Amino acid sequence: MKPFVKPSVIPGFALALGFTLLALTLVVLLPLSGLFVKTATLSFAEFWDTVTDPRALHAYYISFTTALVAALFNMVFGLIVAWVLVRYDFPLKSLFDAMVDLPFALPTAVAGIALTALYAPTGWIGQMLPFKVAFTPLGITIALIFIGLPFVVRTVQPVLEDMEREWEEAATSLGANRFQVFRYVIFPHITPALMTGFAMAFARALGEYGSVIFIAGNMPMVSEIVPLLIVMKLEQYDYAGATALALVMLVFSFFMLLTINWLQKWSQNRAFPR
Amino acid sequence: MAIHARNINKRFGPFVALKDVNLEVQSGELVALLGPSGSGKTTLLRIIAGLEFADSGTVYLDGDPMHDKDVRDRGVGFVFQHYALFKHMTVFQNVAFGLRVRPKDTRPSEEEIRDRVMKLLQLVHLDAFHNRYPQQLSGGQRQRVALARALAVEPKVLLLDEPFGALDAKIRKELRRWMRRLHDDMHITSLFVTHDQEEAMEVSDRVVVMSHGRIEQTGTPAEVWKQPKNAFVYDFLGNYNEFDGWKDSHGTVHLAETDIIEIPLPPDGKKTAGWLGRYPEFSSLVGRVLPGLIESTAPILPMQKKTVRKPTSGTPVKIYARPHEMWITKTPDKDHEYIAAKVVHINPAGSLIKLELERAGGQFLQVEVPQSVMDTCAIVKGDTLYVRPTETRVF
Repeated sequence: MKPFVKPSVIPGFALALGFTLLALTLVVLLPLSGLFVKTATLSFAEFWDTVTDPRALHAYYISFTTALVAALFNMVFGLIVAWVLVRYDFPLKSLFDAMVDLPFALPTAVAGIALTALYAPTGWIGQMLPFKVAFTPLGITIALIFIGLPFVVRTVQPVLEDMEREWEEAATSLGANRFQVFRYVIFPHITPALMTGFAMAFARALGEYGSVIFIAGNMPMVSEIVPLLIVMKLEQYDYAGATALALVMLVFSFFMLLTINWLQKWSQNRAFPR
Repeated sequence: MAIHARNINKRFGPFVALKDVNLEVQSGELVALLGPSGSGKTTLLRIIAGLEFADSGTVYLDGDPMHDKDVRDRGVGFVFQHYALFKHMTVFQNVAFGLRVRPKDTRPSEEEIRDRVMKLLQLVHLDAFHNRYPQQLSGGQRQRVALARALAVEPKVLLLDEPFGALDAKIRKELRRWMRRLHDDMHITSLFVTHDQEEAMEVSDRVVVMSHGRIEQTGTPAEVWKQPKNAFVYDFLGNYNEFDGWKDSHGTVHLAETDIIEIPLPPDGKKTAGWLGRYPEFSSLVGRVLPGLIESTAPILPMQKKTVRKPTSGTPVKIYARPHEMWITKTPDKDHEYIAAKVVHINPAGSLIKLELERAGGQFLQVEVPQSVMDTCAIVKGDTLYVRPTETRVF
């Protein structure tokens, strides 16, 4: 009989696989399947009505666009932060390095209130700006940028640190200018990490609730995000409606992450063929 | 294009990497910078390339001072020890890189780039591999790609930083020979860094020996080998045996070792006559090779350990001899000094047999002799031999 597992010197395959499956089932699969089960209590017409309600459609739109813009912004901004932290020495560098992780640690509600206070029309920054930030999608994006930044910085930083200085020296000695060195040598090397960071920041932003609800203003058809809509349905004891919306988000997010993963693998295969 | 470096100084914090270094490389020459690690040879090469900047002093390429010029504008090709190939590019793209990043007005057309790259890949025997990625190549192949990439921009000077350092011995030897041939064909001024004296000797027109941020000696391989300027150069270029000695007021050098063995002269005091006196090594052949040439040999007297001649005046010195400059015998001649030593190891690989001998005091001697000597003397491990240097050097 052909063995299910290839013989290997590393022991404990059965145990490790068993544990992995158990943990995955308890922590991820069980709650998610509950989502499907609960949603299934709705008839298809009810389900369709709930998920294609104009208010829900607009909330999808807001959630996905703000998350996408924030993740894109973080990709650029986070790369610059990682670059500065890796490449230069300056006073209090380790302090700045530690500060990058703050959005991870801070309760998101605190971040939301602080940002609202700053960007409200009467806030320090809000009163200087000629346009409204708080209580608009722009405000939501700012909150999402805040919570997503560490993901990009922390994935790109180690890759930049590992990069051989000699590549840049070789490229420069061959006549490449600084832009060309970055574009053709450094950038292809960090692209996979950058995409991972982007995917994580994007996924986090899609599910974010705490920091957004304060700065969003939560006006239907203007600045309402899907997580908020779900919470509202829950408060009205419409559990099946809430899970229906959640299911849509879940499926969308899953396929987007899958696409990003695939893109990343593709770019990695191009960069590092086996 | 000639390279001149004038009074180069470089420090890394408290560490002095280069101290008043002056270097000249003539146009078309292939010069090796030879020295142990930490001697500053790589730093000097990087300063010439413009990858590092000297604290003071100037590099001239073809007579032009380079202090305000970037690596990009110096027209040098640089080859790194660990190849520094771009992993995400194919061999072809790697070699084409230098041409493709040129500004539009000097950039060759894609067809020209293709021709030129393929020609270079043929030169390094890798044209069949142009679509491979660096990871799919062996170390030797990667270094050849790196060389082709450096040559693609038609540099006036080729600088190589331990180009064969990361390769195994056999490939290194092959690549060395190939680089020498390449240089003979192209005559591009080349400067390469190595810590391997054999490599420097084998490949270069001239060798520059460095230590502790200074140039110790510059010369052709024959010059530095035959006339080393100081103990460091002598030491670095090969193995040697070291003896204590002292130099008297006339400048004559004497051995001052404690385990010297000498056979006293026969009682009649007659010294070995004529030319045999000067060539005692041949006296044992007398009567065997030329039967007519028979000398009266006094009966062999028991050997005596000699009393050490303590230096009475003069200065203590070290006396050096290379392993192949040692005479060994099992039957010592009279009126000559020997050091007795036991054979502890025999390495038969190579054109000379390498013997490791242990003296009474525990010090080791290295001796290299031809196979014929091994045979005639019938030397095996554990034998006691009598050794004396045939040629010595004192610094």
